[in-house]
Amino acid sequence: MSKHANPDADILQEIQLTSEVRGRSLWQNAVSRFFRNKAAVAGLVVLIFVCLFALFGGLIAQYEPDYVDFSLMGANSYMGTPSLENGHYFGVDYDGRDLFARTVMGTRISLLVGIVGALVAVIVGTLYGATAGYIGGKTDGIMMRTVDILMSIPFMFVLILMLVIFGRSMFMLFLGIGLISWLDMSRIARGQTLSIKNKEFVEAAIATGVRPLTIIVRHIVPNLLGIVIVYSTLLVPQMIIFESFISYLGLGIQEPNTSLGALINQGSEQLNNGTMWMLGYPLAFFLITLFAFFFVGDGLRDALDPKDR
Amino acid sequence: MFSFIARRLLVAVPTLLILIVISFVLMFAAPGGPFNSERPLPPQVLANIEQRYGLDQPYWKQMVDYVWAVVTRFDFGPSFQYRDRSVNDIIAQGFPVTLTYGFWSAVVAVVVGVSIGIIAAIRQNTWADYTAVGFSIGAQALPNFVMAPILVIIFTLWLGWLPGGGWRGGQIEYVIMPVIALSTSYMASLARITRSSMLEVLNSNFIRTARAKGLPMRRVVLRHALKPALLPVISYLGPAFVGMITGSVVVDVAFSTGGIGQFFVNSAFNRDYAVIMGITILFGMLTISFNLIVDILYAWIDPKIRY
Repeated sequence: MSKHANPDADILQEIQLTSEVRGRSLWQNAVSRFFRNKAAVAGLVVLIFVCLFALFGGLIAQYEPDYVDFSLMGANSYMGTPSLENGHYFGVDYDGRDLFARTVMGTRISLLVGIVGALVAVIVGTLYGATAGYIGGKTDGIMMRTVDILMSIPFMFVLILMLVIFGRSMFMLFLGIGLISWLDMSRIARGQTLSIKNKEFVEAAIATGVRPLTIIVRHIVPNLLGIVIVYSTLLVPQMIIFESFISYLGLGIQEPNTSLGALINQGSEQLNNGTMWMLGYPLAFFLITLFAFFFVGDGLRDALDPKDR
Repeated sequence: MFSFIARRLLVAVPTLLILIVISFVLMFAAPGGPFNSERPLPPQVLANIEQRYGLDQPYWKQMVDYVWAVVTRFDFGPSFQYRDRSVNDIIAQGFPVTLTYGFWSAVVAVVVGVSIGIIAAIRQNTWADYTAVGFSIGAQALPNFVMAPILVIIFTLWLGWLPGGGWRGGQIEYVIMPVIALSTSYMASLARITRSSMLEVLNSNFIRTARAKGLPMRRVVLRHALKPALLPVISYLGPAFVGMITGSVVVDVAFSTGGIGQFFVNSAFNRDYAVIMGITILFGMLTISFNLIVDILYAWIDPKIRY
């Protein structure tokens, strides 16, 4: 509104000075919709705290996550209870290691797994789905049938087979999670691409001779961002659950590293020992993180994708 | 209808073959054979063992033989770790257990989940609805490996009502906790899906017509609304089944029920490829056939689908 070559520029400027009317972009609308959703904002705040805990909790911890206190080893059920005095805020695990430091580490690794999985899904899934949807026809058929086939394979078992054969390492875990996380995303991206590929701006790009790849990257993908952000937020907790599942079975993250799933497993194995804190703290952080992601994801969906409620 | 089923089978069979090929390629890519241990065996002994298990054959021959044995005799070959048992023996031992609590979990999840969803939809915006919605959101964050220890704390340690693990031939008190642990999160998802699709159906014109004719609500819901509202539920059954099969591994480990999952995890630690692969392929077959059944069911119920 500001730079109009208008003969009545003076009047226009006067109007602008008296009534400050600013245009609001769709993104700004979405942001305001998101912040009006109390559950989502609460989820976001909790999530920020969880991230701060994962990043800087190590500074508060009095011990290293792999430091073994031999005087407490095997005696944690009566000497290793959570206490502020000896610095074991969350108590001690069966091997005499500080549970606070280990929970920090587990939270960090679980978040990392979730975010990496979602990131792979966003990059691979979006490009794959957008390409299939944009090209259409036979290519689309073959590409999406491949996704269908891959989705109907029980991947958890194949991943465990991979972990057994190539050794249980963090890299294999990330690779395995990356291999499956993009499938859902590619379907969503394809559906959205189908609905925008006949819009005028794409026709204009075709008419001016833009190459298909450039159209996909420059014109289609930015218009998928909203829905991609929503589903990647909902994908992070799924990936965290997925990793925790494998780590719960003892096949995922290996000692001395740990994740929330591995900690939950150790905690539930020690239930008979009466060391409830070994289960309680990791489980609490696991649930809090998942809920926060769900609420933020739902809030984002309502904000960015208002038709789907 | 027959051509529809035939076309579906045409997708299902290659899927299974792809799964088998993936498993084999992974196995051949493994560094070292299944019998290479810390203490190397004399070469002659190793050669004899490998001949016994057919590992001296070229890769393609091993694969073809394997597929042939599975297809014709349903034979998954010998275990690499247990000398006295074949993969079939292990499956025969563990599968009935998994099937028992898996079946009851599916029944509980579908019946309870759908009922909750219907009640929530009929009583929209009442306390019943809010409770149902709250439950379905809450249970999202309670996957089976979280449910299992929580159940043990409540029912075994605090209340002392149920045993914390074991199977004892499937006595009822040993089955309850596995079923709850396995079914809760799917029950929640089913309730949510049923609620939203039921709401959509209840707001459509033909329901208004039925109500305007003076039919009682009960009859409208059961005779008119239920069938169309169940379509999204049926399409969710496929992924739910995959999730339950996967989840059975956790249930087996958490409650030591002696189902297939326990053998699977043990074999994963023992590097017993034959058992891992056999179970993976068996579960793959189950998944694919179940998806096929769901597809057929869907096509049968939904009058809009033309095949």
